[in-house]
Amino acid sequence: MKSSVIIFPGSNCDRDMDVALKKFGFDNQMVWHNDVKIPKSDLIVLPGGFSYGDYLRCGSIAGKSRIIKSVIDFANSGGLVLGICNGFQILTETGLLPGILQQNKYLNFICKNVFIKIKNKENKYFKKIKKEVLELHIAHNEGNYFCSKDELKSIEDNGQIAVTYCDHKGNDDEKNNPNGALKNIAGIFNKDKNILGMMPHPERMIDPFLSGEDGSLFFKNLIESL
Amino acid sequence: MVEVNEKIAIEHGLKSDEYKKICDLLKRTPNITELGIFSAMWNEHCSYKSSRRHLKKLHTKGDQVIQGPGENAGVVDIDDDDAIVFKIESHNHPSFIEPYQGAATGVGGIMRDVFTMGARPIANLNSIHFGSPEHEKTRNLLRGVVKGIGGYGNCMGVPTIAGQTCFDESYNGNILVNAMTLGLVNKNKIFYSKAAGINKPVIYVGSKTGRDGIHGASMASAIFDEKIEEKKPTVQVGDPFTEKLLLEACLELMAGKSIISIQDMGAAGLTSSSIEMASKGDLGIEIDLTKVPCREENMTPYEIMLSESQERMLIVLEEGKENEAKKIFDKWNLDFAVIGKTTNSKNIELFFKNKKVAEIPIDFLAENAPMYDRKWIKTKLPKENKFSKDRFKSLKLNDCLKKVLIDPNIADKEWIWDQYDHTVMGDTIQKPGGNAGVVRVHGTNKAVAAAVDSSATYCHAHPQTGGKQVVCESWRNMISVGAKPIAITNCLNFGNPEKEKNMGEFVECVEGITEASKYLNYPVVSGNVSFYNETKDKGIKPTPSIGGIGLLSNYKEMMTMELKNEGNYLIVIGKTEGHLDQSVFARNILSEFNGPPPEVNLFNEKQNGMSVLNLKNKNLIETCHDVSLGGILTAISKMSIKSGKGVKLFPLEGLVNKFEYFFGEDQGRYIIEIKPENLENVENMLKKDSIHFDKLGLVEGNKIILENDLKLPIDDIKEGYKKWLKEYMVN
Repeated sequence: MKSSVIIFPGSNCDRDMDVALKKFGFDNQMVWHNDVKIPKSDLIVLPGGFSYGDYLRCGSIAGKSRIIKSVIDFANSGGLVLGICNGFQILTETGLLPGILQQNKYLNFICKNVFIKIKNKENKYFKKIKKEVLELHIAHNEGNYFCSKDELKSIEDNGQIAVTYCDHKGNDDEKNNPNGALKNIAGIFNKDKNILGMMPHPERMIDPFLSGEDGSLFFKNLIESL
Repeated sequence: MVEVNEKIAIEHGLKSDEYKKICDLLKRTPNITELGIFSAMWNEHCSYKSSRRHLKKLHTKGDQVIQGPGENAGVVDIDDDDAIVFKIESHNHPSFIEPYQGAATGVGGIMRDVFTMGARPIANLNSIHFGSPEHEKTRNLLRGVVKGIGGYGNCMGVPTIAGQTCFDESYNGNILVNAMTLGLVNKNKIFYSKAAGINKPVIYVGSKTGRDGIHGASMASAIFDEKIEEKKPTVQVGDPFTEKLLLEACLELMAGKSIISIQDMGAAGLTSSSIEMASKGDLGIEIDLTKVPCREENMTPYEIMLSESQERMLIVLEEGKENEAKKIFDKWNLDFAVIGKTTNSKNIELFFKNKKVAEIPIDFLAENAPMYDRKWIKTKLPKENKFSKDRFKSLKLNDCLKKVLIDPNIADKEWIWDQYDHTVMGDTIQKPGGNAGVVRVHGTNKAVAAAVDSSATYCHAHPQTGGKQVVCESWRNMISVGAKPIAITNCLNFGNPEKEKNMGEFVECVEGITEASKYLNYPVVSGNVSFYNETKDKGIKPTPSIGGIGLLSNYKEMMTMELKNEGNYLIVIGKTEGHLDQSVFARNILSEFNGPPPEVNLFNEKQNGMSVLNLKNKNLIETCHDVSLGGILTAISKMSIKSGKGVKLFPLEGLVNKFEYFFGEDQGRYIIEIKPENLENVENMLKKDSIHFDKLGLVEGNKIILENDLKLPIDDIKEGYKKWLKEYMVN
């Protein structure tokens, strides 16, 4: 399976993602933001970081970058596009995913382990994961998901909510909401479920010596589902 | 152009005899640009004029030292072809004036020092000191500093893995922000600042030069007064995004063979970087200031030379490599300009709009910089307090422990480190809040441990003992995670060196540091000095911050401090005399602020530490935590809180005063957790090495219990310990 990780100036989880993809069997390549074409891929990843310094608004400049047209074309043709953290922000900026990511409710950067509940397994990203609740890691200042009432209705009706923040038992209530995200949303799909954007970093949880291993489940499923 | 005279020189922070010396050396009156250059190079921050003769005494050599003090950062060998580049630096003055930018650029500056040497930064740490929590400015300063540190480090994608936060009223008017960075480099590919060869192109890369930070280094060499707010424009503004690009571009260029030398523009900007490169190479340098990329219009040579705009580097390239280098910086969208060349004149010559605007022999600025033998006085060892039994009569262990755990210097700092990305780069195997931060050496079995320590209270009571103690505490932190201590970097924060008392504190702390680092073979490889931490005559407590690093040859053998299993034994290694003077207990419970700090016995320190490593190497230790502030009971509580597991303490034998035993801050101690089946073996080994130890208790249940004296559910102590800072910041 071939994957491509796009490097924007200011990306800083690109290497971590490369390490994770390779660890679970992807033939990964790095693609520079100023390129026009993306090599043949089964999966494109927009990694975390601070693309273009996140100036203006998180992900907004990356959303207009040279490479992004190819990402959009690839996504529209049904290709798998995964955006983690800043990658999620970029995906909302391009319009590939609905809604926006605002500054965290308590206005602080948050770096810690969180639990997320898988809300929809009818897709390649979570299909074969047996667990309902995963422990992953977040590290962001703007992860407070928000969308209009109509959009929310539409993403709920279409099963587009991918993961929500919860406790270890899966209670995704306000008490377990680290950043103020609407409906505890930690990640969403597009309608066709080939695009996933999420704030938590599975690539930081691929080793028992790191924060944990639930990220491994994510990548294992991904390569098996493709 | 401004006419230079003594008055103007004094406004630049020079003393009148220093100004006279400049005129004598030059055999003429300097012009304003030249005066600016002298003032930048001769101030305390750049010239170390008060500290130089004492710093020479530091223990700086060791088998693993590749580069000691004098370069952008120190370098140590960590086996194979790997080396760690590391340094700690202060950004105190700017952080008090403008906490966010001050702290952010402190972090940016130290990272630049590290990647200038060809190393990719792999971990950040910091030591921050604030005034009393009750002081009106503390909360906002803390918030701003933490945001600044996070804002810069997070964007760079370098994990902040450990740190230290202290509160003391002596910092009410002068907070301390010390930032440390570790970088990883191939030991055969280290870059230095020494220029070599004449007619080599001098290249400017990075951000454009603006008017920010002009005279930052001079500001950092002055005491504060009521007009300090007016100094805001001397604080630099950071742009971590540009620094991230600069990092990647520099490392890309360094992969080739075109760089002769490279130096970041930190304090005193273009002035000190150009002079340092030329001085080390025993060369001259010629710069055309018209070619320097400027952010603002009509900048004068004076402003260009003294700007402390961030994210800039100066590089001496091999001839003919300009285009190759430019391509890389173009790719990363960074400014690149050939601004001059090396010469054999041994002068710095500056041109602006085709006119020579300054010419100074480099020697005058570097080697001939003033050096003072300041007067200093010794601090006497204070008399020990004899606490009568009555003082303890009405005290209960329960209450005392709860109170100690919410002392601002002990309470949990999660509110702070949750704001730092500590897991990016995917190698952080011990997060903030443990004995030390630990990161793996990417792609290998090795890991590097790092921690920052300071103990201003001890240093204040007796600087020499305090200096020794900090080094020992750092060494202990390394051992507590199972790492072999390798080397340290020191950030020496002191008051006004022109005062004999403050100068004495400095001299004696340095003596203490030297003695301990020599004995423990824990050399100092880099650091900086920050004097004049004083506002309106009130100086800070002497605060040397020690950043230590250690090596684990197999990261899977790392030790942590959370308790592991029911039924395991807890043992304290090292003798507990029950020293309460200068302890958290003495201050909080007995309201006693005098007395000597705990004695540091280097022989025991070394023996105890080595015995812990020895036991660890034989796989006999489940958990390890060093005993520091708050003594044994505080250490146990932290171990319990982290794991949710309780401890049943054994009754104390004989006539020991339980408060002294449990809260005394004697040095050289570790608490270790041992499986029952290993107990005998461990006891025998310790006895054989004549190591003093006490059996403390068993891991059991979910309370901390001492028969008849103490019974506290972990959830109870956890709440106060975890909440203090969070509630403080919300209110």
